[in-house]
Amino acid sequence: MSDRWVRRWVIGLVLAYLGAILVVPLFSLLSVVVGAPDRAIDGLLRPEAIDALTRTLTVTAVVVVGNVTMGVAAAWLVVRDPMRGRAALDALLDLPLAVSPVMTGLSLLLLFGRNGWLASPLSSMGVVVPFQWPAILLATLFVTLPFTAREVILVLRELGTSQEEAAATLGATGWQTFWRVTLPNLRSAVALGATLTAARALGEFGAVLVVGGAIRGRTQTATTFIHTAMEERQEEAAYAMSLVLAFLAILLLAALTALGRPRRSP
Amino acid sequence: MKPFAPLRWLVLAWVGALVLLPLAATVAAAGALGFRGLVDAVTAPAAVEALWLSAWTGCIATLINVPFGTAIAWMIVRWRVAGHRWLSALVDLPLSIPTLVVGILLVALYGPASPLGGVLEAAGVRVAYARPGIVLALLAVTLPFVVRAVEPVLAELDPAEEEAAVTLGARPAQVFWRVLLPPLLPAMGAGGVQVFARSVAEFGSLSVVSGNILGETLVAPVYVLGEVEAGNPGGAAAVSVVLLAVSLTLHPLSRALSRAAGAGHV
Repeated sequence: MSDRWVRRWVIGLVLAYLGAILVVPLFSLLSVVVGAPDRAIDGLLRPEAIDALTRTLTVTAVVVVGNVTMGVAAAWLVVRDPMRGRAALDALLDLPLAVSPVMTGLSLLLLFGRNGWLASPLSSMGVVVPFQWPAILLATLFVTLPFTAREVILVLRELGTSQEEAAATLGATGWQTFWRVTLPNLRSAVALGATLTAARALGEFGAVLVVGGAIRGRTQTATTFIHTAMEERQEEAAYAMSLVLAFLAILLLAALTALGRPRRSP
Repeated sequence: MKPFAPLRWLVLAWVGALVLLPLAATVAAAGALGFRGLVDAVTAPAAVEALWLSAWTGCIATLINVPFGTAIAWMIVRWRVAGHRWLSALVDLPLSIPTLVVGILLVALYGPASPLGGVLEAAGVRVAYARPGIVLALLAVTLPFVVRAVEPVLAELDPAEEEAAVTLGARPAQVFWRVLLPPLLPAMGAGGVQVFARSVAEFGSLSVVSGNILGETLVAPVYVLGEVEAGNPGGAAAVSVVLLAVSLTLHPLSRALSRAAGAGHV
């Protein structure tokens, strides 16, 4: 067989493969929703759908701010701070990637639920986590912790310390060096981390389902709304919400591509 | 720069409270069962079947995505096929699209209500709510791993070696098997390990597409959810800890292979 034929066969096979696992399914979802637009729109305009989507967007915004800030701080400690145990911190930042989302939910349930270590101190302060909004927030913070930190760690390691040392020699304080020298170099890493964080926060399902309970009007998110709708055999509503999330994902993907792809697979 | 003590405490408290404490609570809950209880929970027939199903579907996904991922990386880096930018973006799609939505996409195409699903059903083939659906979902969500692991190594291969082989009279197949493939093997291995690790932890897409039939399509993470819902957090914790142990064993293996591959990827 000639080289060209090998190439044609490989390309044909790969395209058929990608078609079967992603592209054709995506178009078939689109065609189902577009085929019956009234029912899709009805499904999406139901108050519980709007409520769920609003909750997801709010949590995503809070989580992006929280974990981008803490991610940069943690990355800085891992790479620059001479403290003991920074290798452990580095490993800890990667840990959520190794945990199944269901286990994340279960862990939070065991920590904050009845007889959990933190249940009685928190309930004496009037804070209840399981099946309330803090559950959604904590679960989403847990699963998105690594994204910004990992991107920033990579860039900080590559940058080295010469610029920062130069700034310090010229009399800059620690804060000045950080804001004027270090942070500007981290801009694209932070943007990449924020995009990955947002994508995961919008789409988190398992952890949020287990510790949040998908309670309508209280802890229902966009993904758990889809799950509930499927169980109640309201496919139109589930498909319409899935299309909304797929659309948001494609927007974030465009941002990812513009920023340069993640260098490491997650 | 001088270490800034309050920052250290803030980051350590954030990471500790968010990740370490919940996971410790789960390990403690599993440990509270005692050795016998732990063994009983993990060797319960339903648990064994779920773990076994997760393991072998994960193996199949790995065996398929390693060659296909390598071929896709080849198309992007070496052949620069028309539209390789789009191809590259498509490979990243599973990073941004919610995993639950991947399940919905597959049901929309292969489910019994869809035209294709109807045809397949008539032919006696069940994809959605059956084992083939599990494998398809795993293939879709783990698509990026091998591609992203192989790409940088392939980009850095020295074309001189290939040219030398051709000059010395090697046939194209010989060049591929003896010159091009061997340096890619560690990267393919690293990607493959990531595929398997993710497959065993995968929840969102499978909770939709597998149908969750006990003993037939119930994978380990969905089994964990069932135990939580059945009010058996100890059993859920035991199986979760097994999954976490698998993933923590594979993580260093994938890192070592990436290091051996020697490009990009840390």
